[in-house]
Amino acid sequence: MVESTTARVLMDHDDVRRVVARLAHEVNDALQAAQRGPLGLDPSKLAIVGIRTGGAHLAFRLAEQLGIVMGRVPEVGVLDITLYRDDVLSGAAMPILKGTEIDFDVDGRPIVLVDDVLFTGRTVRAALDALLDMGRPTCVLLAVLVDRGLRELPIAASFTGRAVETTRDERVDVHLVEEGATADQVVVRVARDRRAR
Amino acid sequence: MTAKQKLLSVPHLLGIEGLTRDDAILILDTAQSFVEVNSRQLKKVPALRGRLVALLFFENSTRTRLSFELAAKRLSADTLNFSASGSSVQKGETLLDTARNIEAMGPDLVVVRHEASGAPWHLSRVMSGAIANAGDGQHEHPTQALLDAFTLLSRWRRTAAQGLDGKTVCIVGDISRSRVARSNMLLLKLLGARVRVAGPATMLPAALADVYGVDVYDDVDDALFSGDGVDAVMMLRIQKERAARAVMGSDDDYAVGYGLHRERFDRLHAANDGIVVMHPGPINRGVEIDAAVADSSSSVILDQTENGVAVRMAVLYLLAVGMARTDVGSAA
Repeated sequence: MVESTTARVLMDHDDVRRVVARLAHEVNDALQAAQRGPLGLDPSKLAIVGIRTGGAHLAFRLAEQLGIVMGRVPEVGVLDITLYRDDVLSGAAMPILKGTEIDFDVDGRPIVLVDDVLFTGRTVRAALDALLDMGRPTCVLLAVLVDRGLRELPIAASFTGRAVETTRDERVDVHLVEEGATADQVVVRVARDRRAR
Repeated sequence: MTAKQKLLSVPHLLGIEGLTRDDAILILDTAQSFVEVNSRQLKKVPALRGRLVALLFFENSTRTRLSFELAAKRLSADTLNFSASGSSVQKGETLLDTARNIEAMGPDLVVVRHEASGAPWHLSRVMSGAIANAGDGQHEHPTQALLDAFTLLSRWRRTAAQGLDGKTVCIVGDISRSRVARSNMLLLKLLGARVRVAGPATMLPAALADVYGVDVYDDVDDALFSGDGVDAVMMLRIQKERAARAVMGSDDDYAVGYGLHRERFDRLHAANDGIVVMHPGPINRGVEIDAAVADSSSSVILDQTENGVAVRMAVLYLLAVGMARTDVGSAA
């Protein structure tokens, strides 16, 4: 009951689907343009890497959409950044490892890193360190479903699904069907609701 | 959060005794993630950067020390090596004084091997870091048992949560003096395996069956072939430095009576071609195990060594994050 007064739905099921499809087009356009650019990217070498847990599901969805747009489904890997977090030994982060599953060589490939919510930028910093420890991609681009602002590091998304202004005492929850939700939904709520849940 | 998200129920790893089944599953699942790290070209993660791991080896050991040291380094921790030979211990320093001096250097984690049973427990009372037992006297060697269980699960393509139900493991050797046997009996049972132990009667303590719930045999062939047979056989190293000659007889007598010689292995392999042969090392070729058997495709001896690093990374990591969360809890 308390939740209904302080929570607002930022994206519903159809919004999430539409935004992922749009991101696929943007990624494809950027790669096609970059193919002719100075880096000489090869779009056929594209790989998608999702950050556990929400980003991983979105990475598979983005790859599926890219398959429709590009005619070829890019390889997908999943990154567990727990061992690279700056707060794992301060007790703030959940330290349970779920494992990294990247079964391809990242060397010489354009990589699109995917996360659900871009906030302080610390997760992306950790993900970049983890990814670069695995090899030397030609370039790394960042796609996020939601950018909620409040960056603490100089990090920006290359492709943004939805940008929203939030405050520090708010949370942005992304519910995905892969995680057991009945429908996809992005909700902004005041963080003290956490206790009520 | 779900039960899977809980951390270790203990602040130190003093033995398998005291661990819950969930603890064992957490360590083994975490080790699986470190196997992936160890398969990379750059086998290093920054998780324990800036932390200090003290390796206190009061008793000689090469492979366990190397394994723990490599584990600490792959987690980006700094290491402090202390070994008894050529140290202040030989000059008469007590365990407590040594501990106090190491403590002054502020280690976050302390790995201890000692010839006295209970030494790690004693250190856990006087040092502020988390303690990992790397083998104490005739008591326990928990990381050896964990890497053995990990190796069996990998070989049988099972998850830790699936456990070892329906499998029978036979431990052969000097059960009474072996901390490896003790830790393994406890962990194998915890994970649901049936355990048989075999050795000369002089090497089998009386209360084994009652205390550990294992089946005891003084004839190794009975242990390996009776009933439905066994799925894995773990040969213990004959500890010539510990067992008196009178207890074990000559090497040749032991090899014929209790060793995994060629003929015995062939019979075992004929009964179960998926038989898994294990040995904690270092092996006495031709005594407790035939050289060709140790190198056969049934042998997982080198997998044990390889998995040891991942399992020890998991133990160090989980002890470190456990300490961090305890600090937060007490500060709140």
